[in-house]
Amino acid sequence: MERIPILKIGDLLLVSIQVDLQDQTVMALEEDLAQKIVSSGARGVIIDITALDIVDSFIGRMLATIASISRVLDAETVVVGMRPAVAITLVELGLSLDGIKTALDVERGMRLLSGRR
Amino acid sequence: MTAQEQAIAGDADVVRVRQLVRTVAVAARLSLVDQTKLVTAASELARNTLIHGGGGSASVEQVTSAVKPGVRVVFRDKGPGIADIALALTDGYTSGSGMGLGLGGAKRLVDQFDIVSDPAEGTTITVVKWAR
Amino acid sequence: MAAEIFGNVVERCRAEEESLLGRWREIVAESLRGRMTGAELDKELRDLLDALLSALATGGGTDLNAEPYAEVRALLVELSRNRAHQGFSPRETAVGVYALKRAIRDTVGAEAGFAALSDVIDELGLLTFEIYTKAREEVITNQAEQLLELATPVVKLWHGVVALPLVGTLDSARAQVVMEKLLQTLVDTGSEHAIIDITGVSAVDTQVAQHLLKTIVAARLMGADCIISGIRPQIAQTIVALGIEFGDIATKATLADALMLAISRSGVDFGTEMAKRGL
Repeated sequence: MERIPILKIGDLLLVSIQVDLQDQTVMALEEDLAQKIVSSGARGVIIDITALDIVDSFIGRMLATIASISRVLDAETVVVGMRPAVAITLVELGLSLDGIKTALDVERGMRLLSGRR
Repeated sequence: MTAQEQAIAGDADVVRVRQLVRTVAVAARLSLVDQTKLVTAASELARNTLIHGGGGSASVEQVTSAVKPGVRVVFRDKGPGIADIALALTDGYTSGSGMGLGLGGAKRLVDQFDIVSDPAEGTTITVVKWAR
Repeated sequence: MAAEIFGNVVERCRAEEESLLGRWREIVAESLRGRMTGAELDKELRDLLDALLSALATGGGTDLNAEPYAEVRALLVELSRNRAHQGFSPRETAVGVYALKRAIRDTVGAEAGFAALSDVIDELGLLTFEIYTKAREEVITNQAEQLLELATPVVKLWHGVVALPLVGTLDSARAQVVMEKLLQTLVDTGSEHAIIDITGVSAVDTQVAQHLLKTIVAARLMGADCIISGIRPQIAQTIVALGIEFGDIATKATLADALMLAISRSGVDFGTEMAKRGL
């Protein structure tokens, strides 16, 4: 099974999802991220889903869970790069991902996390 | 336009179903948003087939109504069936690890949605999405 | 066996092919009144006649769906579609096929087998009608789509601020198209703020309001903010009466106010911006 790499940039963690997600991969990512937030002392997590052509309820749940876990571990999560068609579909599906911060791309996500404008 | 079959026996097959549905949806000239809605619905239903039906198959086919093309996907399993379909379609109802949006959510994403379920026969779910 | 019902009419047509073709072209050219060049017409009819005679000779019978007619069908499809796109009337299009009967009668004569051949030509004419109608429908659909595109401009108002001024009646189909376009523009231009101005919208029903709300939620998922401006009093009343919750969505009376809010949210410092552009 593939594991999704987690990059550390300063006090941020960057996860760029580039593969068709299997449910197991999603669950492994949840675990890996929790570990990595603690071990690296990161203050923020950016999840880049630019490459994802769908987000179903399972992946949506993963995003929500990661955001909650990182909040408990004193880090903020930003989901960046959601495609328009994916966003429209998620809304129709009934997922609004309340409480998750979002940004158009990685750069804006980093600005959002660092509190600068 | 013959139907293409994909067995659903494991995690990786859910991804394969998504890819197959995407290919057929592109061929049927569904818009990008409609493709995305159908693939997402297929992902939910394929996972249901795997988790609740103990595996099964998906059959994907391009269809044509009087005027427009569409894509039909049929999910079949030999699982225990769904006891209360109306309840299973309610948002928030979950028997597994999802967010309880699987069936109801999938229904909202497609144009036609049919469930036939029987404890002896298993469950068959048919969905159709038409091009706009 | 299938060829028998046509008697020797097919062979006779072959023998007289040139004069038959000439007569046919003459009749068709008359009805088209010079809107197609002689060379174009000649090629079209020549190919069609050749394909038809070959199909009949190889035992195509009277069933146009039979395999030998494949080329005839393909040629007819092309001919009918072209005529439809060029704006010919259905009559002018079908005459092209039916005129073949007269041409055969005039050159070969109406002998045994002509009746059967005549039936085949009738079928071909009907097929032409069908294809013509379909092609016209396509033309109309395309035009409707183009109109929709024209009617929905998404404009950049400021760096990172795009606006969608909506005018006229907003039905569910149009609402869906414009909203998708707005979201795509956010990505294409890297804009974090969108203003949906509905000053020019006369009425909003539940479905359209739902589309608006869904778009705003979708924009949030993508990392952009939406502001609605120009809500007219009647529309405000409708929204409340329908029980639609706008929640924490920002609304402003005018496009100008909305723009001001968007700019202030994006934290622009006018002095620096102007200095950067040498203003």
